[in-house]
Amino acid sequence: MKRRESLKTLIVGGVAGATVGSVGCKSETQQKIKNEVLPGGGYGRTPAELKHDALVMSEDYFNKHELETIAVLCDIILPSTDSAGSATDAGVPEFIEFIVKDLPNQKSPLRGGLMWLDGESNRRFNKRFQDCTQDQQISIVDDIAYADKDNRKPNMAPGISFFNRMRNLTLTGYYTTKMGFDDLGYVGNRPNLWDGVPAEVLKDHEVDYEPEWIAKCINQDSREAIAEWDENGNLLT
Amino acid sequence: MQIIEQRKVYDAIIVGSGAGGGMAANILSENGLKVAVVEAGPFFDPKDPTTMTQLKYPWESPRRGASTKRAFGDFDMSWGDWEVDGEPYTTKEGTDFKWWRARMLGGRTNHWGRISLRFGPKDFKHKDVDGLGDNWPISYSDVKPYYDRLDKMIGVFGTNEGLPNDPDGFFLPPPKPRLHELYYIKGARKTGIPVIPSRLSILTKRINADRGVCFYCGQCNRSCNAYADFSAGSCLIFPAQKNGGQIDLYTNCMVKNVTTNKEGLATGVSYINKEDRREYELSGKVVVLGASACSSARILLNSKSSTHPNGLGNSSDHVGRYLHDSTGAGISVFVPDLMNRKIYNEDGVGGMHVYSPWWGDNSRLDFPRGYHIEVWGGMGMPSYGFGYNVEAMNEYVGGTTGGYGNKLRDDVKRFYGSVLGMAGRGEAIARYDNRCEIDPKVVDEYGIPVLRFDYKWSDYERLQAKHMIESFHEIAHNMGGIVLGDKPGKDKDYGLLAPGQIIHEVGTTRMGDNPKTSVTNKWQQLHDAKNVFIVDAGPFTSQADKNCTWTIMALSMRASENIVSELKKMNI
Repeated sequence: MKRRESLKTLIVGGVAGATVGSVGCKSETQQKIKNEVLPGGGYGRTPAELKHDALVMSEDYFNKHELETIAVLCDIILPSTDSAGSATDAGVPEFIEFIVKDLPNQKSPLRGGLMWLDGESNRRFNKRFQDCTQDQQISIVDDIAYADKDNRKPNMAPGISFFNRMRNLTLTGYYTTKMGFDDLGYVGNRPNLWDGVPAEVLKDHEVDYEPEWIAKCINQDSREAIAEWDENGNLLT
Repeated sequence: MQIIEQRKVYDAIIVGSGAGGGMAANILSENGLKVAVVEAGPFFDPKDPTTMTQLKYPWESPRRGASTKRAFGDFDMSWGDWEVDGEPYTTKEGTDFKWWRARMLGGRTNHWGRISLRFGPKDFKHKDVDGLGDNWPISYSDVKPYYDRLDKMIGVFGTNEGLPNDPDGFFLPPPKPRLHELYYIKGARKTGIPVIPSRLSILTKRINADRGVCFYCGQCNRSCNAYADFSAGSCLIFPAQKNGGQIDLYTNCMVKNVTTNKEGLATGVSYINKEDRREYELSGKVVVLGASACSSARILLNSKSSTHPNGLGNSSDHVGRYLHDSTGAGISVFVPDLMNRKIYNEDGVGGMHVYSPWWGDNSRLDFPRGYHIEVWGGMGMPSYGFGYNVEAMNEYVGGTTGGYGNKLRDDVKRFYGSVLGMAGRGEAIARYDNRCEIDPKVVDEYGIPVLRFDYKWSDYERLQAKHMIESFHEIAHNMGGIVLGDKPGKDKDYGLLAPGQIIHEVGTTRMGDNPKTSVTNKWQQLHDAKNVFIVDAGPFTSQADKNCTWTIMALSMRASENIVSELKKMNI
């Protein structure tokens, strides 16, 4: 199976919330069935939105070299650590492949930026960025990964804005995955009972709840008791 | 084209199923009336797993929640936004007006902020205070009994504070403030601005056996499958149906005009079924428009006949005039003390836990009317846009701007939850010249002439926005924060957002005692046709520094009970 096809399958799998451990080659029929089983595409889409998604996914935009260069950059931006996977482990290149087609104003700056990067790489090392050694790649990245407020490297300006775009897309693509949630520590999006800021956090921040304010707030033990009031609006239950 | 007539005659035809239409459907059907609800979008139930977005993770969307197809993001529960496919609107030169339309059962109530503020005594008679605009023909005491019932019927949390123009009510207890809200309280108090618990129609406590209680996912904009927040479908229409109310729902049906007889009275409505693209007629004794302020105006203006040559209810040429939206401006603030946060679940309810009602004394200010302050922030769920330019925050703490690798990972974590924001929502002055009217040259894909907007802010609103931004800067400073971005100057209207962006359009069919200068009377009944009523925000004589939904519903309840009583008395 070609890489392009594999990317598409991964993305379709993502939409459908696939639970299969590995994504192998699937016939079109199998894929179609899976999407039909999950109404709303698995994330509450209307029929018109499903059509839009299918259209976006059917489009080919980046070529193999571009996708591979994106993957190299993603992993320079977010390599793996002892506790967390890399950007490619989190499927960031596949996300970028989708989003530039979904938000077409991303297309040209990204494709042009990749071309600029290869141009710079050819100038320095007579090789495309993808084919450089890691040290060579980093030497270019170090010239475009930081803001240049005083305009000391005017020739790097297009690269700086391209790298900024890549960094933004990589961060968003990474931290909106399960892997990213775990790395960040985000623990919401689930039923729970909010009962105020933990005491040690209040202490750390040198703030506190005022007794008269907190007295008006919900006592979570009484949340199931049906509300009743007296005629002046005082809650009785 | 042949127009297909339904034989059934309804007691009332309600156009629109949002806050106003939903309430009318509830009250009229519970009083035994046979009603038709005609909604321009599809059926929607927050419980339906096919359309539900609540508790979805960002990775369940290939675009991670980006706003490609929905203006407020993939998971926001509004079908339709400032643009609706096939349903354009136009603007006059020099007008930048944004018109949000939700095409679905329940309308915009499925995704709104649930901020549920009563108007105060001053808000109904503000001309008496500053000589601007017009007084309403009714006062707070006329509406208070309906607000009281509404609080208990729908459920709203808040606190009785005894404030003169932010009335007390029948509140459920509010949730405790989050950490960034404690910082806001500190900053606002030091600035001399009061802060109180917010007032949102979210059930922190059970109000009946049919609706659930909030489980703090912070996603009211996705519409709650437990019915623990207010949406017109889940809280008004479905319960009325369950109680045996005779409600026929006509979904995907776009009303074109109100039909009238020789006497000029309404006989029903004509609508396009979006599914077969044919025109149908419904007959009713009473027509109740709750299509939204601008849509109802459009329907009236498109209902021309020999007795109503200028459009129905428009002998005064006031339909569409006095259109006004809330003012709005806001800032984002970085608070260094909120860096390196200990992480815990602080999703809370879907919206702010605290807010500042208007505190100012206009006699000492250079603009009329006021605004309230909304607060946002915290350790929210990442979605598309998360992490954008996070390394640039180093500029404020003396670090290196830029980078990659482990340094970048650290930046994401160090700055997570350290930005909060303030937004002002205020009162504009209603003006005769600000209006929507029919564009004579343009129709939508159903062949219905569309609206054209002609709207300009005045210095009243610009100076109010200037005051907002200055207050926010002071609060930011007083909580140890750094304002992100430049302070908008005069060239940018001091940050005042375009009209329509706050999505509080009101005033297009304003109520008044004088038929020459108003469209409806104090019962929201057309001066020109006694069996046509308007229950959206069109009849608002003026907006307040409050959101309009709670008043739309209280007034719709009042108007609907009046319809029942007038029908009984055979007056209509």
